[in-house]
Amino acid sequence: MSTLEIRDLHVSVETKEGAKQILRGVDLTVASGETHAIMGPNGSGKSTLAYSLAGHPKYEITSGTVTLDGEDVLAMSVDERARAGMFLAMQYPVEVPGVSVSNFLRTAKTAISGEAPALRHWVKDVRTAMEQLRMDPTFAERNVNEGFSGGEKKRHEILQMELLKPKFAILDETDSGLDVDALRIVSEGVNRVRSSGEVGVLLITHYTRILRYIQPDFVHVFVDGRIAEEGGPELAERLESEGYDRFLAPTA
Amino acid sequence: MTTSPTDVAATGATPTETTTTREVRAPQMSTDLSTDHSKAVADGAHTHGRGGTPETSRASRATSFELADFAVPTGREEEWRFAPVARLAPLFDAAGTGLTGTGTQVTVVNPAEVQVEIVGRDDARLGTAGRPGDRAAAAAWSSFREATVVTIPAQAVASAATSIRVEGLPVAAGGSPPEPSAVHLLVHALPLSEAVVVIDHLGEADVAETVEIVAEEGAHLTVVSIQDWAPGSVHAAAHRMRVARDASVKHIVVTLGGDVVRVTPDAEFTGEGASIEALGLYFADAGQHQEHRLFIDHAVPSCRSRVTYKGALQGAGAHTVWVGDVLIRAAAEGTDTYELNRNLVLSDGARADSVPNLEIETGVIEGAGHASATGRFDDEQLFYLRARGIPESDARRLVVRGFFAELIQKIGVPAIEERLIGAIEAELERSMSELDALAPARQVEA
Ligand SMILES: Nc1ncnc2c1ncn2[C@@H]1O[C@H](COP(=O)(O)OP(=O)(O)OP(=O)(O)O)[C@@H](O)[C@H]1O
Ligand SMILES: [Mg+2]
Repeated sequence: MSTLEIRDLHVSVETKEGAKQILRGVDLTVASGETHAIMGPNGSGKSTLAYSLAGHPKYEITSGTVTLDGEDVLAMSVDERARAGMFLAMQYPVEVPGVSVSNFLRTAKTAISGEAPALRHWVKDVRTAMEQLRMDPTFAERNVNEGFSGGEKKRHEILQMELLKPKFAILDETDSGLDVDALRIVSEGVNRVRSSGEVGVLLITHYTRILRYIQPDFVHVFVDGRIAEEGGPELAERLESEGYDRFLAPTA
Repeated sequence: MTTSPTDVAATGATPTETTTTREVRAPQMSTDLSTDHSKAVADGAHTHGRGGTPETSRASRATSFELADFAVPTGREEEWRFAPVARLAPLFDAAGTGLTGTGTQVTVVNPAEVQVEIVGRDDARLGTAGRPGDRAAAAAWSSFREATVVTIPAQAVASAATSIRVEGLPVAAGGSPPEPSAVHLLVHALPLSEAVVVIDHLGEADVAETVEIVAEEGAHLTVVSIQDWAPGSVHAAAHRMRVARDASVKHIVVTLGGDVVRVTPDAEFTGEGASIEALGLYFADAGQHQEHRLFIDHAVPSCRSRVTYKGALQGAGAHTVWVGDVLIRAAAEGTDTYELNRNLVLSDGARADSVPNLEIETGVIEGAGHASATGRFDDEQLFYLRARGIPESDARRLVVRGFFAELIQKIGVPAIEERLIGAIEAELERSMSELDALAPARQVEA
């Protein structure tokens, strides 16, 4: 049982005009076994939250804390965070030419578990996970994300989540760009990992569509760099019918 | 009238890279389509030619066996403008007395099918693969006393690679640096033969070298030249190739060690249906200068050339130069050519110059194109790998290996492929401490 605690997180990015504040005090606690949907309009700072948790150098934490079971996540390097159990499924996964998927997966697994996986089990695990995600076996020999379609990149992200078994997974718009079949396949992958009860999921999305497949325990509405409203799954249904307008109306 | 599509391999793409493609529409008349991408660094700046110096056709560049026909370079000449001429000066033989050093030894290990001879400079087979194209090449030609001739007899298929070691003999501790010397090699593949020849350069030397490569009709020849000199070495190598009808040559250049290494492979097709694949891999560390200047002369119809050179640079003063000249002469209808150079700049203070030149004198070609790109290390790739738990130094290794992987796979000689993977590992190992000490590279020095 693990806990990820985000307290009063403020984050800015460097722009030509100087530092620009994006996150303005985010508070969020996620426990193992829980799924939290974070929903919000474009530009509200969802990806910024995800990247800040993963430690992307572009984002500067100006105040606040993030702890994983009491450990200071913000003091860790990018790879230390991953080894501590954090995982970010990226909205736009990066191509890495010349590095095959199978080499990449094995290297990552070795780094995270601190030892090389037993070859026979590992090969089987990879094959099974790929089959379940309807990924052709030839993907294993292709270069990481190179020439992958948008949907293939997302499956590849979930493949990593299944194999690396993180404590906390942040899924940044994993649903965007997927057709209905792919959305179902990817959601099944996430649900397989969830069914262990050992992972906490932060499901970032713009649309409610994916929530039909992945039932969240909590829904947070993200507006202008902070959480504007929180509730259970019913909040998502309200957003579905009302949209975000209610939150975007200028406050007097 | 044909047009030639060009495409850019997307390997190693970085957000800051300069990618240059050109679609060549073959002109009716002789036109020089050369473009100078010499400042193809991260800021994407291009310069076109050198102020005041008109770009001349490769066809009109002087070649000669006479040393006196080439002035001692000053560094202002087109072909020397990137080079540290002061370091190379001993190889220019300014006095015209010859490069008389004896500290460079040539040793050959050959399979039974392949013949090896040591011959005098009057041997009629020497000097048949074109003429020297610059002062160092002319000095190499005028200086050597004995040449090593490796012959693959007609229709022979070599059962193993032939190994030629060009070795700078150890100088006594505290002794004077090696005297400038000259080496001459001829690799002669007779009709329908097949062979792999690997030339290793090691030890410490100051050497001007000529490698003549003659592939007769239907021969299949692979020549690998590895420059892995000890620090302090200076090497100017002129590789001159003649490729006859239906022959194919794979020419592979690997430059790793040595202070200054300048390799100028010239290739001329002499019969239709011939092909050349020129591959190059280089890794320049702090203070090293590695220069590769190719010239592919499509003088006859229906020949094919592919040039792929990739280099990594790191450390203050690491400097690489790649110049790829391709000339499609009026007679060379049906030519198919493509050249690519990519550089990966791993740290500040390193500089990669990349200049592809394409001249086309006929409108009837299969295809002609080039691409040149120089980028710095991609921080987003690094972030992606690290976000999966892979430590930074391992992530850097993966990316650099990945950058070279495709090129290495093209070599097609497993023993060499393995060796190169090992050599890149060693380069990375040597440099990783340096890399670890550096913040992610920010800017490339222009
Ligand atoms: N380098 C930058 N310079 C200027 N603004 C930036 C920079 N990076 C991010 N921003 C801004 O920060 C805000 C939040 O961006 P973020 O990507 O976190 O939004 P998001 O909620 O993920 O949006 P989407 O739903 O479109 O993915 C946006 O207004 C964006 O333009
Ligand atoms: Mg986003």
